[in-house]
Amino acid sequence: MINWEFIIGHLNYWFFIVLMMTGLYIVIAKGNLVKKVVGLNIFQTSVFMFYISIGKVIGGTAPIFPVDMKIDNNIVYSNPLPHVLILTAIVVGVATTSLALALIVRIREEYGTIEEDEIFIIEHELDSSNKTPNTYKENGHF
Amino acid sequence: MSLPISHSDSFSLVEQLPILQILVPFVSAPLIVFIGNRTIAWWITFLASLISLLISINLLLLVNDGSIISYHIGGWAPPIGIEYRVDALNAFVLVLIALISTIVAPYAYKSVGNEIPKEHHTLFYAAYLLCVTGLMGVVITGDVFNVFVFLEISSLASYVLISLGSHRDKRALTSAFNYLIIGTIGATFFVIGIGLLYMVTGTLNMIDMAGLLEGKSSSSTVRSAFAFIIVGVGLKLAIYPLHIWLPKAYTFAPSFITAFLAATATKVAIYILLRFMFTIFRPSFLEELNVLNFVILPLSIAAMIIASLIAIFQKDFKGLLAYSSIAQVGYILLGISIMSESGLTAAIIHLFNHGITKVALFMVAGAYVIKRGGSLLTNLQGAGFTMPWTSAAAVVGCLSLIGVPGTAGFISKWILVEAAIENGKWPLAIVIIFSSLLAVVYCGRVIETLYFKNGNDETIVNESPLTMLISIWIASLACIYFGLSTDITISVSDLAAKMLYLK
Amino acid sequence: MLFAFYVQFHGDYSPGGGFQAGVIMAVGIIIYGIVFDMEHAKKVLPPWFVHKMLAFGVLLYTFTGVISFFRGQNFLDYSALSRHSPTHGQHYGILIIELGVGITVSGVMIAIFYAFASRTSEINDAEW
Repeated sequence: MINWEFIIGHLNYWFFIVLMMTGLYIVIAKGNLVKKVVGLNIFQTSVFMFYISIGKVIGGTAPIFPVDMKIDNNIVYSNPLPHVLILTAIVVGVATTSLALALIVRIREEYGTIEEDEIFIIEHELDSSNKTPNTYKENGHF
Repeated sequence: MSLPISHSDSFSLVEQLPILQILVPFVSAPLIVFIGNRTIAWWITFLASLISLLISINLLLLVNDGSIISYHIGGWAPPIGIEYRVDALNAFVLVLIALISTIVAPYAYKSVGNEIPKEHHTLFYAAYLLCVTGLMGVVITGDVFNVFVFLEISSLASYVLISLGSHRDKRALTSAFNYLIIGTIGATFFVIGIGLLYMVTGTLNMIDMAGLLEGKSSSSTVRSAFAFIIVGVGLKLAIYPLHIWLPKAYTFAPSFITAFLAATATKVAIYILLRFMFTIFRPSFLEELNVLNFVILPLSIAAMIIASLIAIFQKDFKGLLAYSSIAQVGYILLGISIMSESGLTAAIIHLFNHGITKVALFMVAGAYVIKRGGSLLTNLQGAGFTMPWTSAAAVVGCLSLIGVPGTAGFISKWILVEAAIENGKWPLAIVIIFSSLLAVVYCGRVIETLYFKNGNDETIVNESPLTMLISIWIASLACIYFGLSTDITISVSDLAAKMLYLK
Repeated sequence: MLFAFYVQFHGDYSPGGGFQAGVIMAVGIIIYGIVFDMEHAKKVLPPWFVHKMLAFGVLLYTFTGVISFFRGQNFLDYSALSRHSPTHGQHYGILIIELGVGITVSGVMIAIFYAFASRTSEINDAEW
């Protein structure tokens, strides 16, 4: 017997799981580096959603105290802490994404491609050539 | 809104030590960018490391009697505010980080000058100091979400630092990218775990959380939180099947960064693991799930044997050392999974001793990169004669890695074997000895190429620069010192293990 | 940019603050760079100045925290900033901190824009 109450009652978790798996799948399965970063973002967003959904209290209002500080104990407030945490996590996520994109730009400049399998071929040649890596002076980038 | 704050008007620096530990490297980083001079940048890095070392030694002395320092940021008392909490274990890891940072700083001057273009130097040092800040923050904080934030600070900084190795070899870029993807997945798993714990307890303070988790070990939320955290941290610390990012990242990063990260980054991840397993989830929870016997123990044995075997067939000296690092992480995890006080002591000592050993070896590898044009074993042929002092340090490091008596590696392996036998797990002792034999093989390969494969018959001495030699030899002598005089390391890690196990 | 300052200093008791103000400020420069030219934008705000800016913001932030040391309280305890009442101190504290955040955020945004926009593109239009 399917326990519908359980399934509907945990709807936010189901969404979270679906979103998370979508993200992870993209990260693992896609060869294009930019698509990997997109997958990573979906993956992280699922966690943000998860945090925010656990901060919601049914019937709760915005957790702002009245100016006169007369706090009515009967009012139910939502939990603001998960939002604060997620704000921090979003900033971290943005930093990661921008760094990843910057790295992709550099990879494109050095390898001429952002497809993972093509990079593998180039790297394999480098690995097996046994060539001494150049110092940057001889390499001529700068 | 005014808060009840205890106004102590006396200004005392000792009370502020925990925050200063973070602030010194943190303030230095923007200061370097602000001044924007290469030489001054190096001096600031060196001084910041030195001051951090003094602070961390001070902290260690303060908590060496088993006391705990608790510092409330912004005067907000825990569990609401963020708390910095120092006990014997963190203080010990802090000393390790600061010590390594101080040792590698003189080495950095020539090594960075040789491997990184000049216009990037100031930003490079700033990123390095941010990485140090992040690692120290992870260790010192008593708030689980703060652990994540600091972990990401240090990880982001290390992605940047690794990718800067691209001026020597472009493969640094792809290895940094892979590390970024895997590290971010790990960190996100870690956050999911924290979120689940927060759902159950409604707090983020470690001690508070530990108290509230009492008696909730059968809840599936708590269990899945534990699983998420173990996998997340496992990705960062390169538990055996999750190690793919590590060898390439360590091989292609600038030598200075490899030396620093190899000695500290994985150790800090192990610290997080210890903290979560023993302070937050308590040993009784671990026993109930039996996770150590079924997950950590087999994986650590696999790491010790398979990673050592792969290390034997490496072409690159740095790659060889990187695989050996994975094997050594296996030793530390083995110590944890023995599930006894003596096992934990062994794990904590090995954490410290391995840090010292690896920093020496990776610095040697960096010296070869500069003088020999690369760290491939073919580059190293006959280097024992042209670079006698550097190569001698390599031999000392290798001996410590194998665990020859008189070196730091011997002490930790001895205690590990002792702990295994004490708990009636003598097959583990055999595994440890077998893995050490594998270490003899790969270290023997290095020493053979250094001294007995004189490819081009060079005899002219072409030694590495003096500043680098000083760092290398300080680290090598530390290997020997901690192998002969064991009072400090053993007493501190014993205390740390006791506090972890009882709490 | 005036709007940025408004958001900056009213962030204390109305929506806004350092983050938003910093971004609005940066957008001002970025639009200027897009409409006219990178060269002109860099004349208004040279890249070295942007680097100093973001370092200065962080320094300002930590400096505020450090002051409270010398008044005998813990790091980032704003209450120590004013002699008259802790509440005033908290107001000053958040104001200075947000200023630090604002400077850093706008610095970072402009730095990212400069870094990406002044990179000569290897991909020519035909490839798109």
